[in-house]
Amino acid sequence: MQTVQRAPMPLRILRSRAGGVLPILAILAVLLVLVAVRQPDFLAPPSLLSFLGRSAPIILLAAGQYFVIVSGEFDLSVGSLVTAQVVVAARLIDSDPSRTWPVVAVLLVGGAFVGLVNGLVTTRLRVPSFITTLGMFLILVGAVYLWSDGAPKGGLSEEFRRFGRRAFEDVPVLGRVPYALVVLLVVAALAVLLMRSDFGRTLVAVGDNPRTAELSGVPVWRTRTIAFVLSGLAAAVAAILLGGYSGVSFQAGAGLEFGAITAVVLGGVALGGGRGSVVGAMLGALTLELLFTLMNFYGVSGALRSTVQGAIILIAVAVSGLRFSSR
Amino acid sequence: MAALAAVTLLSLVGCATDEPAATPSGTASEAAGAGTGEQSKFFVQADYDNELALLAAAPTGPADKPWEQALNPTMVDTAKFKKPGPYKICFSNAGLNNPWRQVGFKTMQAEVEAQKSRIKEFVHVDAEGKDQKQIADINDLLGKGCSALIVSPNTTATLTPAVEAACSAGLPVVVFDRGVNTKCPVTFINPIGGYGFGHVGAEFVSQKMKPGGKVLALRILPGVDVLETRWSAAKVAFDKAKVDVVGVEFTDGDPAKTKKIVNDYLQRYGTIDGVWMDAGAVAVAAVEAFQDAGKPVPPINGEDQLDFLKIWKDKNLTAIAPTYPTYQWRTPIIAALRILDGQQVASPWKLPQPTVTRENLDSYLDPNMPPLHYAMCGCTDLPGYPQRWK
Amino acid sequence: MSGISFLPARRPVPGVFVALTLVLAIGWLVVEIDGGQLFNQSTTVSLLHVAAGLGLVAVGQTLVILGGSLDLSVAYVLSLSTLVAAETMNGRDGALLPAIGLALTVSAGVGLLNGLLVTKLRINAFIATLGVGLLLKGYLDNGYDGPAGSTAPSLVQTLGYQRVGPVPLSFVLLVVVTGAVWFTLSRTRFGHHLVAIGGDPEVARLSGVRNDRVLVTAHVLCALCAGLAGIYLASRLGSGAPRVGTEGLYDLESIAAVVIGGTALAGGRGGVIGTVGGVVLLASIDAIFNQLEVDAFFKQVIRGAIIIAAVAIYARRALRKADS
Repeated sequence: MQTVQRAPMPLRILRSRAGGVLPILAILAVLLVLVAVRQPDFLAPPSLLSFLGRSAPIILLAAGQYFVIVSGEFDLSVGSLVTAQVVVAARLIDSDPSRTWPVVAVLLVGGAFVGLVNGLVTTRLRVPSFITTLGMFLILVGAVYLWSDGAPKGGLSEEFRRFGRRAFEDVPVLGRVPYALVVLLVVAALAVLLMRSDFGRTLVAVGDNPRTAELSGVPVWRTRTIAFVLSGLAAAVAAILLGGYSGVSFQAGAGLEFGAITAVVLGGVALGGGRGSVVGAMLGALTLELLFTLMNFYGVSGALRSTVQGAIILIAVAVSGLRFSSR
Repeated sequence: MAALAAVTLLSLVGCATDEPAATPSGTASEAAGAGTGEQSKFFVQADYDNELALLAAAPTGPADKPWEQALNPTMVDTAKFKKPGPYKICFSNAGLNNPWRQVGFKTMQAEVEAQKSRIKEFVHVDAEGKDQKQIADINDLLGKGCSALIVSPNTTATLTPAVEAACSAGLPVVVFDRGVNTKCPVTFINPIGGYGFGHVGAEFVSQKMKPGGKVLALRILPGVDVLETRWSAAKVAFDKAKVDVVGVEFTDGDPAKTKKIVNDYLQRYGTIDGVWMDAGAVAVAAVEAFQDAGKPVPPINGEDQLDFLKIWKDKNLTAIAPTYPTYQWRTPIIAALRILDGQQVASPWKLPQPTVTRENLDSYLDPNMPPLHYAMCGCTDLPGYPQRWK
Repeated sequence: MSGISFLPARRPVPGVFVALTLVLAIGWLVVEIDGGQLFNQSTTVSLLHVAAGLGLVAVGQTLVILGGSLDLSVAYVLSLSTLVAAETMNGRDGALLPAIGLALTVSAGVGLLNGLLVTKLRINAFIATLGVGLLLKGYLDNGYDGPAGSTAPSLVQTLGYQRVGPVPLSFVLLVVVTGAVWFTLSRTRFGHHLVAIGGDPEVARLSGVRNDRVLVTAHVLCALCAGLAGIYLASRLGSGAPRVGTEGLYDLESIAAVVIGGTALAGGRGGVIGTVGGVVLLASIDAIFNQLEVDAFFKQVIRGAIIIAAVAIYARRALRKADS
């Protein structure tokens, strides 16, 4: 194991200055270099911006998942929530453009509501969040299939789809700026502001040590419930963008919960709470998406991809874990 | 780091020792594979030749009812199963976990309703895509006094013992969609099959695209038998046409993933001259990826799902839609009743497998049906149409 | 050893068995009214077969969860084990024992990897076993187009289909394994240490428990159980199946069964008997809904609700106990 501790020397130097975000920045930089070597035109503004736009949903989910994880819980229901929202949106809109905005509102309220239920069951009924959200996952998937009779019905309007699919055209210098990217930047800014506010500090304190937080007068259950609501809201926004990007399908959210949790951990956030930043979580998601693109560019055989992904996740998390323990 | 890599590697190597030596099972797979990779272990040359021959065969049976037609039928005697009605028909279903199976099952239920004077009870058990649950389900059904058992196996090899057990219980067994590795069922019903599907799409794409162009193959999942045969036939066709297959990717049936893959391949190669798919689920997403990138949509194949047929017509695509018709879900009910009547049935019962082309596109495109409905359901004359399928 | 008295919490009747009795009674009644029969031979056999497969995995999962860890790779280990077993046997009875040995060795190897990642590299178990699962998934996706190998006929005839009255041999195997694990947990030092680590790793360490070694052992045992389940499924299916573990959702279902059985997800509290109760409960719900031909999607909704409700009830009990 000695070799292990010697290896991440450069990372250790970086850490001494800024903490959690630097390792993931380093990994991201390495991937970017690898992409640039293979596909230099990927870094041109139009293609880079469109990449960021299509990555927006998973980055948003990672941000939402971050709130829950940093407060010491888990949210396994987000993937199924995204699927449910996309299918519900298609059926409610039923290709009628005038229903677009009301349905967007319904989705946001629905996402917040699912988050609220997750939060209350976890905090008030004392069910571990792994179980609460696993149960919610089963319920949502089952309910949405049941409600739609096994096949999505209706259709999304072009107005709804444009959030995830269209862009501001002819922007000076940049060319084309996807709406999804704008949404992402706004939400990311809000998330960063939120984490710098009192609430953000409370959230981290709750995750770090709930008992101490409780004793110092923090309403732990309320804080955690709000974290779940934020995750549900993030899932709703992600569902709107994802439904727009690729249309209605039962596969829309499949596996996204594991993607989001992995992204958060990659971003240097400790499972169990109390450590890490929301920026790191979002960068973690960006890294996963870039890895996917990198494998497309290098032509990694489809079947082997999960092995590459698994190995990189393990290595990255192991490296950051060792940094903690060697402190 | 090194230690982790070593452990990882060791565990992988440890696993790799029991991988069997690749056995070349086909002779056609020797062609210089231009990016198509090794031929599947499941490729069987004789079956492939047979399916391609069936594509040209003329069916026997009523012309307006393809679900009652058979290709090159060999009839078997079923007098020993003859029994007075009405009957209790039992059905062990692999799952209802995709729109194809949903449409098919609704069609089957409608067929049961149409025959309700002769069927007193229809028992349906859903295995939810789990092999071991289906084995248990079949065993369970054997204790229920069924007149006949219909099985749509989840996996070919693994359901064989359970189906054999059902046969030896003495009741007539009808298998459809995927087969089993035993001759004991009275008949096995399916359309021509995966080789035919894959071949039709690949031939079209390689003929319509510019010679020597680049093809992207999009597959749903590895390791699913019906999908493997589709790809292995496409591989043979692409190798023969000397097409440059630049990528074979798995989409998990996820449209977002599909769009990302197509987008990245467009960036990597500048143009893609043809797209082949092993199933239609993400065909529309692939088309959209070209549109969003501002590129012309190349020759492409989908399936008979209405969302694809619609975008094909609206955007005037160069496209084709081989099918794996959902009307095959009607046939097992018809077959079971004929068997219980003591009538002869075709065994195996090969149904025709029509292809949607530019010429007949309009006859299959019904704008009033939902986007994921399958046009080849053969259900328009059944009770409850169209509401049941909406 | 001294100073550690965290014996598995003993309850006179674990709640899950009350729930099981209720479910069976109500199910029997409803099925009877519906004109069916719940406790006929074929239904019971089917129920116990389903329970045996999930049960073997869940018993292993109980061990790691008791120790405060988790294993999300079990579904892939199970698939891998079916393939190793079936391919090594290749239809020959003579290769039976080597094949079983090899399948278990490979499974144990994966468990060892999990354990080392969790303890030595300090990767959170959720991520570590998820990552190992992805490694195995890639190997299976890349190496297999579908079912492969062929299970020895003698194993198919015995473990796969043999039964004693209505009880399949596989369920007997589950009972034996459960008994062994129960004994290990309640009567051996390893068991006491494991529960202590799950309760509070720091306290355990300070009282002289070698946490890492115990946890690695638990992970190896968990993977061995998944491997054993794989051998059973290979005998049931007649061949190896690369997707059988994931299709069966053995990862999440095994965790659900453990939790329904009263084991705390955080570790340190619970036991293997409750887990088997949880497995039989899930299988019974399946069987009842099968009899009533309830829609699979509705069933999933009910399942989700039951899992949450069961754990909420346990949490209430624990609270009340703490109050009194």
